[in-house]
Amino acid sequence: MSNLTNLTIAEALTGLENKDFTSVELTQAHIDAMEAARNLNAFIVETPEIALEQAKASDERRAGGNAGALDGIPLAIKDLFCTRGVQTTAASHILEGFIPQYESTVTTKLFDDGVVMLGKVNLDQFAMGSANTTSYFGNVISPWKRNDGSNAELVPGGSSGGSSSAVAARIAMGATGTDTGGSIRQPASFTGICGIKPTYGRCSRWGIVAFASSLDQAGAFGRTVEDSALLLKSMSGFDPKDSTSANKEVPDFAATLDQDIKGKTIGIPKEYRVDGMPDEIEQLWQQGIEWMKDAGANIVDVSLPHTKYALPTYYIIAPAECSSNLARYDGVRYGLREDGEDLIDMYEKTRAAGFGEEVRRRVMIGTYVLSAGYYDAYYIKAQKVRRLILQDFEKAYEQCDALLTPTAPSAAFAIGENEDDPIKMYLNDVFTVPASLAGLPGMSVPAGLDKHGLPLGLQVIGRRWDEETVLQVGRAIEKSANFKAVPHTITKAAA
Amino acid sequence: MDKQTVQKVAKLARLAITDEEADKMVSELGGILKWVEQLGEVDTDNVEPLANVANIELRLREDEITDGGVQDDVLENAPESLEGFFVVPKVVE
Amino acid sequence: MAQLIQGETGEWEIVIGMEIHAQVIANSKLFSGSATAFGAEQNSQVSMVDAAMPGMLPVLNEKCVEQAIRTGLGLNAEIHNTSVFARKNYFYADLPQGYQISQYDQPIVGEGKIEIDLPDGSTKDIGITRLHLEQDAGKSVHDQHPSKSFVDLNRSGCALMEIVSEPDIRGPEEAAAYISKIRMILRYLGTCDGNMDEGSMRADVNISVRKPGDEYGTRAEIKNVNSVKAVQQAIEFEARRQIEIIEDGGEVDQETRLWDPNKMETRSMRSKEDAHDYRYFPDPDLLPLHVSNDQIESIRETLPELPDQKKHRFISDYGLSAYDASVLIAEQSRADYYEVVANDNDTKLAANWVINELLGILNKDDKHLDDSPISAEQLGGLIALISDNTISGKIAKDVFAEMYESGKDAAKIVDEKGLKQVTDTGAIEAIIDEVITENPDNVEAYRGGKDKLFGFFVGQVMKKSQGKANPAMVNELLKKKLT
Ligand SMILES: [Mg+2]
Ligand SMILES: [Zn+2]
Repeated sequence: MSNLTNLTIAEALTGLENKDFTSVELTQAHIDAMEAARNLNAFIVETPEIALEQAKASDERRAGGNAGALDGIPLAIKDLFCTRGVQTTAASHILEGFIPQYESTVTTKLFDDGVVMLGKVNLDQFAMGSANTTSYFGNVISPWKRNDGSNAELVPGGSSGGSSSAVAARIAMGATGTDTGGSIRQPASFTGICGIKPTYGRCSRWGIVAFASSLDQAGAFGRTVEDSALLLKSMSGFDPKDSTSANKEVPDFAATLDQDIKGKTIGIPKEYRVDGMPDEIEQLWQQGIEWMKDAGANIVDVSLPHTKYALPTYYIIAPAECSSNLARYDGVRYGLREDGEDLIDMYEKTRAAGFGEEVRRRVMIGTYVLSAGYYDAYYIKAQKVRRLILQDFEKAYEQCDALLTPTAPSAAFAIGENEDDPIKMYLNDVFTVPASLAGLPGMSVPAGLDKHGLPLGLQVIGRRWDEETVLQVGRAIEKSANFKAVPHTITKAAA
Repeated sequence: MDKQTVQKVAKLARLAITDEEADKMVSELGGILKWVEQLGEVDTDNVEPLANVANIELRLREDEITDGGVQDDVLENAPESLEGFFVVPKVVE
Repeated sequence: MAQLIQGETGEWEIVIGMEIHAQVIANSKLFSGSATAFGAEQNSQVSMVDAAMPGMLPVLNEKCVEQAIRTGLGLNAEIHNTSVFARKNYFYADLPQGYQISQYDQPIVGEGKIEIDLPDGSTKDIGITRLHLEQDAGKSVHDQHPSKSFVDLNRSGCALMEIVSEPDIRGPEEAAAYISKIRMILRYLGTCDGNMDEGSMRADVNISVRKPGDEYGTRAEIKNVNSVKAVQQAIEFEARRQIEIIEDGGEVDQETRLWDPNKMETRSMRSKEDAHDYRYFPDPDLLPLHVSNDQIESIRETLPELPDQKKHRFISDYGLSAYDASVLIAEQSRADYYEVVANDNDTKLAANWVINELLGILNKDDKHLDDSPISAEQLGGLIALISDNTISGKIAKDVFAEMYESGKDAAKIVDEKGLKQVTDTGAIEAIIDEVITENPDNVEAYRGGKDKLFGFFVGQVMKKSQGKANPAMVNELLKKKLT
């Protein structure tokens, strides 16, 4: 029943409810897909036994008439979410073999709604990267290929590359992700699926391996805007265990999805027109603007003057926070320990061996910018610019309800490209980082293909706590774009 | 950014670093820092630093014992433990 | 009385500032729900948060905030409406997060001032720089194994108040007086039990020396001084050490030193120095702490009478000496005991009995006032009997001893033993007549001018009355009969 893997979550829920198939069947179909697509290296740990157990329990709940909102839906969980009894590594050597004795709040909420976990998916190590090429467990490969006959293996984006690859390849119906500077939106754009990062404080960070605490937010990958809305609803909500979690009602995102955007005002930030951006992305953006008009929205040009400073600001604040957040990986209480002749020697050997190159690089930068004599020049300066970036958005939202931009400055590139210079890689997040710094909700929706037949996404950025408008605008794009392209792995399978 | 600084920072961060790595880091970190220094262009006079965008009040917890008593779970992942203690190489003072 | 010490090049002044770490009295930890009780099995009061497991987050304990505000008010300090928790980054085996959540440039409590009581009965003001809340670290045991240390995280995450003084302290006595006064205030407030043996109060001492009138010298921070005695010894040693260095033409290094109570010396802790860059920054897992003036005022309303207020009231209302007053207020329970004893009694007499007799004997048996066999009411009863001449002060001491033994009331002992003082003229005259007839020669001699013998007659009479005759009446009647 391989067509089961082509269903959307919404369709699957109906099918389960109509007894067209069971969760066990649905889950088995995805387990088969997972095993068939191991070459993508999307999973660090596959948990088929757990999945089938959960599926069986789900079918019983449904039979008993008490199925949850997502009951029986097989998902991939980013290996940054701590899962009780299942190895959680953040794709690092230093956490290899770590078995949490607790369950993250977000996965707890998903399990409470009945989801099935296929396994823990790969990511950039400690979520630091934009191509999923920094994982200790190897690169994740995109299910997409260029249509120019080149057989180059492409990146799925990062850091949530296992999530995007698995959902695009129809291995999982949806996936959890985390987004610190674009780690959900950019991979979604690269793999032709939807990805939403909610407002900072919407999803609890409790039990998610921390990268940069003031930026990290969990979010969802789905193949449709509706699926993303369903997942986000389940993942969201107040958590007293997270001091930055907001005690706010969570709207029924899926319910308001199809409210049309007639009369809404969409802002177009001119500073997002960066030099060297491929014409086709520029064209896609224009196309998106036309779709908005067709849907009855008003378009206004807005200015976010500090946009070009967002990346440098991010690359001070995120490393600073990570240098401190990663201090706990010291070989004392869990994870890797390398022998040393005394405690300090053990620390230095363990951390050098346990952290990958990019992680060590960021820990070094963060340590430096916080150290005596540099703190004001770098860290405080960055925090001030961060406020200016937030104020840019607040001003813009006096004129509009949401912003429309490209998600990324390019389509997926080949593994190995952009590796020569860290900054080249960092530039991938030029369009996603500003909303992260401002804590705003953002979503990427597949909108078209580049000249090589690779997906390109458009990004919608909303007001704080206004995921509903973001999803409605996303839905409007989805309707107009009518994006039907699928990765070559699927066309091959179909053929 | 020079090699000595790189080695000092590595020491602070408790990262063993070889000579070759240190040399490589000098240029990499140097490049990244040079790149972020463009923030110098931004006028931030009388701008308040922004530490967190969560626009909520800090919530406080009631003073109740709700956790602990899980010695086994706490030690479950320890590389080395003995009789309820974590065990580490001796600290040389 | 800033006491100076003599060096080869003249007199030196010791300048001391102190950082006292006081464990906050609360059921649970500063940022987690684990228990704080002392002496539990290793790692049994540790949560995933305290062990800094991946993805764990801090949530602030409201009680600890109240306790810090309460303490700030007790130190006559300014309470800040906004304070910020910052991370102090350093690596240590008993610091699971790799950073301590503390407060840096925005502490919850700002400047204040307390009065310390010096041995000569004088007082001195010591400035408080700040008080901030922070996490305690765990405990590493180093002496169990040649090459390994054992880590217990029970204390990890318990709330501490770090109380920082101005460099207003001069010499060991003032340092000791400062610590005891801080301890006293915390115990009155119920914000810290002040138990130095269990480590719930610990002191770091910043010491420098200078010639009187000169600029401050370079200071050394002495850690691990965990008793008042140790603080005094450490100061004595360190001051001498610094004076010798300077007088030998050397320079004092600014450094952290460790007090070694066995070798009775301070020693450099270079290893802690080498990576001394704490990289403080605001903890992004927390938000700024706001306390309203209403909250502060409602806490102020619950403050008890504090030691200094009590002391001044004892001096003015009970007419006690500064010394007696400060002995009596040293502990809340002691002051309360005294006030019951003094009730409807001669307050000075009450003070003498509490301090000299009761505390004296309790000390001797090293008992605490709480387990005194004599209740405050009982001691008050005894003093009443002295005041109304039922018994003499001398008899009272025997009665007191008996009360201490048996726990009986004074009045009961007095009747049982028939110790009531004889005040009946007839009875006393009868005894006097006996004495006169038994000692004709002495009577002769006295009347012949040997006045010194008067005491002999008094003694005889008191002896025959087994001490019960009222001494004043004995004197008066004897004079009459002998002339
Ligand atoms: Mg200190
Ligand atoms: Zn401290």
